Amino acid sequence: MLGKLFSKYKIEETWELFTESIGTLKLNKMRTGLAMLGIIIGIGSVIALVSLGQASQQAVQSRIQSLGSNLLTISPSSARTGTVRGAAGGGTTLTNEDAKAIENSTQVTTVKNVSAEYSGRLQVVTGDSNTNTTIIGATPIYTLIHNLAVSFGSFISERDLVSMTRVAVLGPSVVEDLYGDSTYDPSGQTIRINGQNFIVVGVTETKGGSGMQSQDDRFGVNYLSSIAVEANNAEVMDQAVNEIGYLLLSRHNLSDPSKADFRIMNQEDILSTATEISGTFTSLLSGVAAISLLVGGIGIMNIMLVTVTERTREIGLRKALGAKKKTIVTQFLTESVILTFVGGIIGIILGIVISYLYAKINSSSFVITLNPIILAFVVSVAIGIIFGWYPAKRSANRSP
Amino acid sequence: MKSQDFIIKVKKLSKIYKTDLLETTALDNVSFKIKKGEFVAIMGPSGSGKSTLMHILGALDKPTSGEYILDGEKVEKLTDDELSDIRNRKIGFVFQAFNLLPRTTTLKNVMIPMIYGGIPKEIRLKIAEKYLKMVGLGDRMQHTSNQISGGQQQRVAIARSLVMNPTLILADEPTGNIASHQAEEIMEIFQKLNDEGRTIVMITHEVDIAKHAKRIINIKDGKIFKDSPNHARKII
Repeated sequence: MLGKLFSKYKIEETWELFTESIGTLKLNKMRTGLAMLGIIIGIGSVIALVSLGQASQQAVQSRIQSLGSNLLTISPSSARTGTVRGAAGGGTTLTNEDAKAIENSTQVTTVKNVSAEYSGRLQVVTGDSNTNTTIIGATPIYTLIHNLAVSFGSFISERDLVSMTRVAVLGPSVVEDLYGDSTYDPSGQTIRINGQNFIVVGVTETKGGSGMQSQDDRFGVNYLSSIAVEANNAEVMDQAVNEIGYLLLSRHNLSDPSKADFRIMNQEDILSTATEISGTFTSLLSGVAAISLLVGGIGIMNIMLVTVTERTREIGLRKALGAKKKTIVTQFLTESVILTFVGGIIGIILGIVISYLYAKINSSSFVITLNPIILAFVVSVAIGIIFGWYPAKRSANRSP
Repeated sequence: MKSQDFIIKVKKLSKIYKTDLLETTALDNVSFKIKKGEFVAIMGPSGSGKSTLMHILGALDKPTSGEYILDGEKVEKLTDDELSDIRNRKIGFVFQAFNLLPRTTTLKNVMIPMIYGGIPKEIRLKIAEKYLKMVGLGDRMQHTSNQISGGQQQRVAIARSLVMNPTLILADEPTGNIASHQAEEIMEIFQKLNDEGRTIVMITHEVDIAKHAKRIINIKDGKIFKDSPNHARKII
């Protein structure tokens, strides 16, 4: 009975402290607002930036996955000539014959399609407009391997390849650059690539900005920038890598795999590299946000300290009227915890709204996970306690 | 006379402020006693040590040496929190600058000591209303402290000093910040409270104000040089 009465009184007392603190915070709207702003921006940016990072991570992953999951990319790597190492990626060690060998060799059993590719940036001209874009020398198999669809006309056909017709397929952004409208169908038009005429036979669906033309018009170079290989299925990827690797090593008269003048990249490798990169990006963003949260916390401490100085008289008075140290500490602590608590909630809402709006405007995916929210909230309340405790303690130790 | 009848017993009280360079003796072996129901004015020019004495009497500060017994409790032996408790229950403060919480209603201001005294809310409200009415501010309960005049603010402070029913009312230059006709009103309230049997110790440097008291203690250079009943008492 007595315990019950006591606890009822305790609750009443706590509630009173709470309302009293809210009253004080309301009295100084400007000060309260400024202190809260630090926390709101801190928490808000943590949530918005983490969400942004995660969304871009997802976007990168889904884009890479859409390229095809059993795709291997063979690219030339720096060829060693004695001790001189050529520039990475700029190698000239892969040839069209290599691509044909992979396709036809009996050693390689796990490969479905092979696409020899040459790419480089060239000037594309039509009438009075022109643009500079990546030109990929491609064979009909390209669409299969890269999951590419055509929106107008058709892709380069087997007949084009055999008859060595100069045909080109454009990407939508090239169409927009050349004809001013990405929905224009330029099939049948003539364009000039590097001074040679090509007939446009189709337009690809949105995926990249590249233009393509038939494989045999590689403008006088006889090396490839990459060979794309589609394996039979995702399970035989490793086997395919080995088969192709040994085939190319023997073709290039190399016995030591560590001296290979090419690189075989698995789609999974690319994916994990990209994920790693965007993960680093996310943690970088989180770091920036954490700093702003810390600054917000210091802002609260600053304002609480100023408050203590400003309210020296009030503290003295309260102590003269019978307030104990504990009471004063509790009062100041309650104020700063309410400050960070409310600021934290507003910040969370703000962060979610910002990342939602960002996703909406950029039509990217909206990713909100619970972890940063919980973390940000715990941090904000912890800031309230830590940065509120010190000024509170200092205030309570003053003599009345 | 029994020792219990003395509300204040001060014996050889000294207070020395030390800095790195010099020592200042603010109070030098001060001894006096105050009985229940007295109205004492402690007078002295600025720097005489009367503010130091007021701080010690109000349990806001501890003496360097000597003994201070307030209502039977040895104040100099108490901890900070116990001092807070003593101030809350036994002393009602009236300050020169009123020291009300700004932008807070008079009613709320008057209730503060009762919050720290752990008095339930409903009772708090009743007591606060009673004393605000007593000092003539029954119609100003919802006004904030900056909406009323200096004299009215001091009356709120008096109401605040009474709510815990203290054994001693300690007033530090209570009329120092208000107009003279309002000062008379404040003195009238003090005399009325004294007539009701309350013990009042008032610190002042004004002769006009001190003459309302029954007894005047004069302090100079930290020492009592005159302590006598006030025969020429002005009664309002």
